[in-house]
Amino acid sequence: MNTPTTLNTATTEHHDPYLAHHFDSPEQQNASAKVGMWVFLATEILMFGGLFCAYAVYRHLHPDVFEFCAGKYLNTTLGAINTLILITSSFTMAWGVRAAQLNQKKVLIACLSLTLLGAAGFLGIKAVEYRAKWVEHVWVGAWNQYNADYTGPDKVSSTPSPTAAAPASRPIDPHLLVEDANAGTANESKIKPRFAVDTALAAPPVATASAQRVDYDDLSTPDKQRVNAFFSCYFLMTGLHGIHVIVGMGVITWILRRSLRGEFNARYNTPVDLVGLYWHLVDLIWIFLFPLFYLIH
Amino acid sequence: MSVAVPNMNVRVAAGRDPSDNYLNHSRGLLSWIFTLDHKRIAIMYMVFILANYLLAGIFAMLLRIELLSPKPWMLADPEATKQLYNNMFTLHGAMMIFLFVIPAIPAIFGNFVLPLMLGAKDVAFPRLNLLSLWCYGMGGLFFVYVLFSGVYHAATGNTLPGGFGLDTGWTFYTPYSTNEASGGNVVAATTGAFIIGFSSILTGINFVASIHTLRPKAMGWFKMPLFLWSLYATSILQILATPVLAITLLLLIAEKTLHIGIFAWKLGGDPVLYQHFFWFYSHPAVYIMILPAMGVMSEVMPVFCRKHIFGYAFIACSSVGLAMLSFFVWGHHMFVSGQSALVNSIFSLLTFSVAIPSAVKVFNWTATMYKSDIRFNAALCFALGFIMVFTAGGLTGMFLGSLQTNVPLHDTYFVVAHFHYVMMGSTVFAFLAGMYYWFPKIFGKTCNDKVGCWAAVIIFVGFNLTFFPQFIMGTKGMPRRWATYPPEFQIYHIISTIGAFVMAAGLFTVAYNWVAGLLIGPPAPPNPWGGNTLEWATTSPPPHDNFAQTPTPGDPYHLADWQYVNEKQGWVKSPATSEGPQA
Repeated sequence: MNTPTTLNTATTEHHDPYLAHHFDSPEQQNASAKVGMWVFLATEILMFGGLFCAYAVYRHLHPDVFEFCAGKYLNTTLGAINTLILITSSFTMAWGVRAAQLNQKKVLIACLSLTLLGAAGFLGIKAVEYRAKWVEHVWVGAWNQYNADYTGPDKVSSTPSPTAAAPASRPIDPHLLVEDANAGTANESKIKPRFAVDTALAAPPVATASAQRVDYDDLSTPDKQRVNAFFSCYFLMTGLHGIHVIVGMGVITWILRRSLRGEFNARYNTPVDLVGLYWHLVDLIWIFLFPLFYLIH
Repeated sequence: MSVAVPNMNVRVAAGRDPSDNYLNHSRGLLSWIFTLDHKRIAIMYMVFILANYLLAGIFAMLLRIELLSPKPWMLADPEATKQLYNNMFTLHGAMMIFLFVIPAIPAIFGNFVLPLMLGAKDVAFPRLNLLSLWCYGMGGLFFVYVLFSGVYHAATGNTLPGGFGLDTGWTFYTPYSTNEASGGNVVAATTGAFIIGFSSILTGINFVASIHTLRPKAMGWFKMPLFLWSLYATSILQILATPVLAITLLLLIAEKTLHIGIFAWKLGGDPVLYQHFFWFYSHPAVYIMILPAMGVMSEVMPVFCRKHIFGYAFIACSSVGLAMLSFFVWGHHMFVSGQSALVNSIFSLLTFSVAIPSAVKVFNWTATMYKSDIRFNAALCFALGFIMVFTAGGLTGMFLGSLQTNVPLHDTYFVVAHFHYVMMGSTVFAFLAGMYYWFPKIFGKTCNDKVGCWAAVIIFVGFNLTFFPQFIMGTKGMPRRWATYPPEFQIYHIISTIGAFVMAAGLFTVAYNWVAGLLIGPPAPPNPWGGNTLEWATTSPPPHDNFAQTPTPGDPYHLADWQYVNEKQGWVKSPATSEGPQA
């Protein structure tokens, strides 16, 4: 095939079954895959970034809602156990990558299996938590007792009716009202600045400075209509994270299968490495989610 | 590397079939659908993208025809006509942007030329590349579904509450899109845009990894062709901005289907947050549309002016500069959304700074032409059109970036004209320039250059006839997106519609020219324009694995060695100097 005039060094030197035809060397292929994976992880962070941004906005606008919901509905113990499980699984994953680089096939298989087990455990505990939300009627939309269109039993008696939900009914913080410059003049009653009416910031914070738990009755009227903001953020962020865990289990199963076949060695272990990177990102996102939802009170 | 690299003109290495190329390397439909060859993927992108361009263009023509009269007249029922109009402008915008302008240059020319310019056999991840194409096709199917269901129901006067079409505008603004009474197809359309977003992300990842790791050692960052710089900047934008659009659309879908409240006031959300998220993607997306066009310009200008590009490093850095600045100006779409005066001022200031890298490019292209040996081939005619149209579009952007003039001009035809000058005018002119430039390489055939030049003139005249009156209308207060208008605007609308027909005639001339070139065009030489970038170092069309012999890169714009020899009817490289490709 290769005549002396052909400069195609790649085909003459390598017969590696895992080397794609368009790369010159396994090192180049590995470097490409690494760059690609890191760039992909950047897109993941940006994608979750949108959700973290939404969280920040709504937490800033309705701090009491988040205190109330997190205090009443989130189980910090379960969250902490899950955090521990994920961190441990990240450790076994990292160990697995090292084992692959050192040709330790058995250690690699054990580590990947443990990681998979951790992921399953995480999802199991998450399922227990989600079930609790369902039982307590704080799911989304019509299954959330704090929403106006709630259809289940035990509707919260103080849930505002849809008519009361009109923005104009919100209380006005007297500090935000602008003094009427026309008061006492002939132009009185012509222009009445009422800027505070339409600003969501007008919701006064809960007065209690003590560390006691916020109850539903402590919430201001605007906040009572915005309880859904917490559950929207909670379910979207933990839900999207959960989807990533499921995808992670899929790819870990895939490399576990390949390592059982003995495909990885010190020379070729790129897939283990990349799955490891992905798994650490999934772990990292949870490490942010846990304090944001469960711990900050 | 002891073996000397022969002259670039020597095409055929020993042991190769000279007639073998990527087009005839394998046969059958499946060999295309499952191909991993970047060149075939580019061809399939071309077919899909041009088909979508035609569809979206038909909508544009229908819009212009409807606007001939101040009153809605297309259907017997005026209300149904308005509904139809809303559907048509939404689909025109959404399809043009998501299915044509964004992917056109990166997905077609980027895919085809990027590995060739690197002297590589393929992009870094050929499978991802194919997945990207399939994502594009799948997302496109959603839009086609929305299109036909919406138009069908609107045309039959079916305006049931809940709606069938998509009348939110291409931006899917809340509360239009969360409002149950409008746009029953919002979920389908946003799902389509979400999937196409992944196509864009995967292409971006591929290009970044390819440029980082497949670049030959002899090609340092500042030895890369400028088209690669612009693709690199574009890819960064695709990677960092598109995921935000993805999550935004996902939230919108979750809101519509699961009643999770992020943007809908009724569900506990804030509609303005949607605008922030949307423009955090969509402003950088504007540069996803224009940066590759600028890259094409930087290739075409030096080759047809027979002169080294002026200010290489400035052009390269201004691409990256534009990409970075584009992330910090999204608020200028929201000057009237209730942002504070301070935020508005900061966004306005940052918006003006975008003019600097843009002007750097325009001045450098102009300086490249100065005292050069200009050849008026079709590609250059379109490139000249680009410079003029882009300058007009960019300068009118100043009016919109300035707070005082933005408020009265907001949501008028001035805005419509401005972004058509930049997106439709500039990107399409550069797309056509690139098409004429790389057509011989892609298909191995030559188009009739004269017809191409005349088409460029017709399109240029038609384009300005269409959109210049819209600037005037806008300053006089004609709001965008209205099916009806006061009679005093009619004359402008009539001129605009005539211009649209002239432009369509020009575009069909181009289409005819390409088809004729494909069918009866003479075979193209490997280097029909005397370019020095590596894609010209292989045959036209290239073989399956791109190069018979791995080429050695030199200065991509050192054109002095290439001389046109009349006897040979082609470009011949004189003995290599120190600047040219080296042995």
